[in-house]
Amino acid sequence: MSDAKLKRVDLIFGEYSNVKYKVLADTLIRSNEEILKDLLDSGLRGRGGAGFPTGMKWKFTAETPGNEKYVVCNADEGEPGTFKDKEILTRVPRKVFSGMAICGKVIGAKKGFLYLRGEYKFLLPDLLKELDQYHEFSKQLGHDFSIEIRLGSGAYICGEESALFESMEGDRGEPRNKPPYPTTSGYLGKPTVINNVETFVNVLMIMRLGPDQYKKLGTTDSRGSKVFSVSGDTPIPGIYELELGMPLERFVDEFGDGDTKAVQVGGASGFCVPRKKFKDTVIGFEGVPTGGSMMLFNSSRSMYNVLHNYLEFFEEESCGQCTPCRVGCQQLRKGIVAVKKGDKKSVYLDQLMKLSESMKITAKCGLGQSVANSFSSIVNNFKEEMIY
Amino acid sequence: MTKQINLTIDGINISVEEGKTILEAARSLNIHVPTLCYHEDLCVAGNCRVCVVEQENVKNLPASCATPATEGMVIHTNSMKVRLARKHIVELLLSEHNADCTKCYKNKNCELQTLASQMLTGDHMFLDLVPDKKYTIDRFNTAIIKDDSRCIRCQRCVRTCEELQSVSALGVAYRGDKMKISTFFENPLFEVVCTNCGQCVNRCPTGALIERNYIDQVWDAIYDPTKHVVVQTAPAVRIALGEALGMAPGKIVTGKMVAALRRLGFDSVLDTDFTADLTIIEEGHELLSRLKKALVDKDPKTALPMATSCSPGWIKFIEHTFPEYLPNLSTCKSPQQMFGALTKTFYALKRKLDPKNIVSVSIMPCTAKKFEANRPEMRSSGYKDVDYVLTTRELGIMIKQVGLEFEALPEEHFDSFMGTSTGAAVIFGSTGGVMEAALRTVYEVVTGREVPFDGLNITPVRGTEGEVREATILIEKVKPEWRFLEGVELKCAVANGLAHAKTVMQNVRDGKANYHFIEIMACPGGCLGGGGQPIPTNRDIRSKRKSAIYEEDMGMPIRKSHENPEITAIYKDFLEKPLGHKSHELLHTHYTPRKRY
Ligand SMILES: Cc1cc2nc3c(=O)[nH]c(=O)nc-3n(C[C@H](O)[C@H](O)[C@H](O)COP(=O)(O)O)c2cc1C
Ligand code: SF4
Ligand code: SF4
Ligand code: SF4
Ligand code: SF4
Ligand code: FES
Repeated sequence: MSDAKLKRVDLIFGEYSNVKYKVLADTLIRSNEEILKDLLDSGLRGRGGAGFPTGMKWKFTAETPGNEKYVVCNADEGEPGTFKDKEILTRVPRKVFSGMAICGKVIGAKKGFLYLRGEYKFLLPDLLKELDQYHEFSKQLGHDFSIEIRLGSGAYICGEESALFESMEGDRGEPRNKPPYPTTSGYLGKPTVINNVETFVNVLMIMRLGPDQYKKLGTTDSRGSKVFSVSGDTPIPGIYELELGMPLERFVDEFGDGDTKAVQVGGASGFCVPRKKFKDTVIGFEGVPTGGSMMLFNSSRSMYNVLHNYLEFFEEESCGQCTPCRVGCQQLRKGIVAVKKGDKKSVYLDQLMKLSESMKITAKCGLGQSVANSFSSIVNNFKEEMIY
Repeated sequence: MTKQINLTIDGINISVEEGKTILEAARSLNIHVPTLCYHEDLCVAGNCRVCVVEQENVKNLPASCATPATEGMVIHTNSMKVRLARKHIVELLLSEHNADCTKCYKNKNCELQTLASQMLTGDHMFLDLVPDKKYTIDRFNTAIIKDDSRCIRCQRCVRTCEELQSVSALGVAYRGDKMKISTFFENPLFEVVCTNCGQCVNRCPTGALIERNYIDQVWDAIYDPTKHVVVQTAPAVRIALGEALGMAPGKIVTGKMVAALRRLGFDSVLDTDFTADLTIIEEGHELLSRLKKALVDKDPKTALPMATSCSPGWIKFIEHTFPEYLPNLSTCKSPQQMFGALTKTFYALKRKLDPKNIVSVSIMPCTAKKFEANRPEMRSSGYKDVDYVLTTRELGIMIKQVGLEFEALPEEHFDSFMGTSTGAAVIFGSTGGVMEAALRTVYEVVTGREVPFDGLNITPVRGTEGEVREATILIEKVKPEWRFLEGVELKCAVANGLAHAKTVMQNVRDGKANYHFIEIMACPGGCLGGGGQPIPTNRDIRSKRKSAIYEEDMGMPIRKSHENPEITAIYKDFLEKPLGHKSHELLHTHYTPRKRY
């Protein structure tokens, strides 16, 4: 596949079908088994970061007994350098609502929520307009599934699914213990499917194209296309829909400014790939996964500053409940400052490396668990920049 | 039968009920996994992460307190990975922590310190973060001190205050490095809804929440030759003090406690149980007079149900949360305050002492009593009725300070006056005890016969943890003067823990219950589980203390308050009659409505 070019795709943002809510209408008359089978066949994995197979998530939730279930669309988009969900909700909200409605049918939920990042409040009027249309159509179609929009509180951690439920329930946005997972105990303790905005759109596209057609995009481990937010040292920042499984080298060829020394794949919680590894790095679940953020750095950038910014972000955005994350983030940031200033010897970085590894395996949620990604990939690849 | 789950922990196969956590499974094998945020009484938080273990074929280390055992799990509680991760976690906590243990009240009784010493933390691995923190200490409260510099943010206090007490005076504020335990608008504790119950203090693993101690003030009084220092000891202290001195839970140490207090130098060692009996007489008559007003005079303003008033945490709770029900509270002071008022009047008279030279000290299972003693209305003797309130824990410290070998002390008796008591007073220390003691007396006053329960044990009103106990007592064949009570079914409710108190009051408010008499204790299990009791206190320990209390009751020669000879004498010599003029002056009080915010 290394010969693959960068393939621009027009799936997610592609035009609506000419008859309103056609794909939804066509899907609602299919059986749940068929829909689930297509989803599983398609190989779709969640676009919110963790990459859990969507078909499985829906299947588990459908199989959990209970007559009160929920569908939640995660539009809290708080990862620095990510703004693709905003774009999707601006351009193709109908696809998002349709995807949620299909989910409602499959798992047996009557109620869905779109949890919208507080800063995206300005999208509300247009979204509500589309939602009115949706509700009218679902009524016509006899599909008992309504959707409500909830505004987020502005904390990054509320994008973490269980913190999001806490926040929706009116409590402080603190992640819960897992298990239980949302498939058995989500919003209000009821079985819940929570998916990213883009995931729901992908579902709709699979319903439209069929799994075989869909699978033609991407690789075995990373099916389909992905919406990327490209930023940093690039002449052409913006939102791009690209096929998954591309080599990073191709990406840099296209988006770099000729002097790219590293790409941060997946934002603050993702990995930093240095130039020497561009060639062997694939963007996708088999390589470096990403929730969508691609940030390019050229040689004028101090990777120390980059890392410091990320750590500062985590230090402030950690919910603060668990020890490894709350204190670990402070120690990592202050630790690299101390090394830079010469207050600590450079071997202290090894100590911090071990600490980040402990954070990864002991933190309560994905936030604390992923700090080590950027920390170790930046420190390992740019050690001199950390010290001198 | 519940499903059994088979797993392996440190090479040992074990089968546990489905739903049990890895931690519970390990404990049943006597494998000790360290914990900090976990507490038996509370829901699982899983935030300190010190209890992590390694699970084969799983990348991350699950928190054992928060992870249910699953079939076929293979767990290692002490692998290399686990040890390093745990050490990192404790080191991280210490790096945020003002760990000058020798200046700390919890020195040698601190879960963080214990872990640090087990792990041989020695030179700290990480940077000291404390200088950059703007930690604050709230010392404004008469009962509780909150020192954020010693807080490990385990949220035990938050869960306690919310789950057990439904007060929610404490909550989490801010995120990230600034995350802290705070109150409404970060006001000092004395300005918020806090009831001073001390349940949070009892569960705080470190020195972040502690009682305000008055140990030095009490020593000063003892060493002051011009002062006559009187000490009273509450019913629930004698069944728990042993724990503070290394004994197993559930030991009755009344005699040794009296001996210890004498050796500490108190001039007179007396018993709050005496005024517990007095409370029963006053409160029993108050109940009867309210019943008469309601049933005979048909006075619609009669406040029923009447609620007990001996738990000051409960008093402050109702003042904040249900102020419209203050008339329903019995006007009786708590036994502590009755005792204080009598110490500086009746006792002074009897012993020919000038009340201004008397220092009155009480030993209580309770932190709320510290606040109570400082209420402005608690000066009916003309002086501060109770000068200093010490918790069971503080007494434990004083006994250790003088190096007494507690277990080797002889059994001694209380002094008099005000040192004689009954089994009815003893059971004040347990949930349902006041109710039972009152019924023993009221029933007999009204019918001339003993309560119709085997061995005077009115088990239907003996409270249980975690629920509201309801009981109905049929009053029949009454004496002529109580004819209006013939055939009346006295409806009673007993609740312990403020969360259950709230339920009772909501039911009363919503007209879902028409009780005559309710007993409420702010603390889970009643005073035996008080906020001032030895740490740890948990369900298992409370049940042992409870058995001790009822054992003590059974062993008392007199088990009904109205048969206490000192009680008869004090009415004859001094108070004249229940609810009389003197009683009103010294033994009864009034309450203050307070705001929720
Ligand atoms: C700190 C943190 C922030 C997150 N923020 C988001 C977010 O903004 N949007 C999102 O879809 N998922 C976010 N996630 C992932 C969600 O927890 C969850 O995995 C995701 O919504 C599942 O959807 P998917 O299966 O469609 O990817 C976040 C996770 C963590 C740990
Ligand atoms: S890892 Fe961080 S964000 Fe997640 S629960 Fe722990 S402190 Fe909160
Ligand atoms: S709280 Fe514990 S560790 Fe901290 S200073 Fe006090 S005794 Fe030491
Ligand atoms: S005050 Fe005590 S109980 Fe509360 S979070 Fe801090 S350490 Fe834990
Ligand atoms: S003393 Fe009681 S009411 Fe006050 S904060 Fe602690 S638990 Fe809550
Ligand atoms: S004791 Fe398990 S996480 Fe704190």
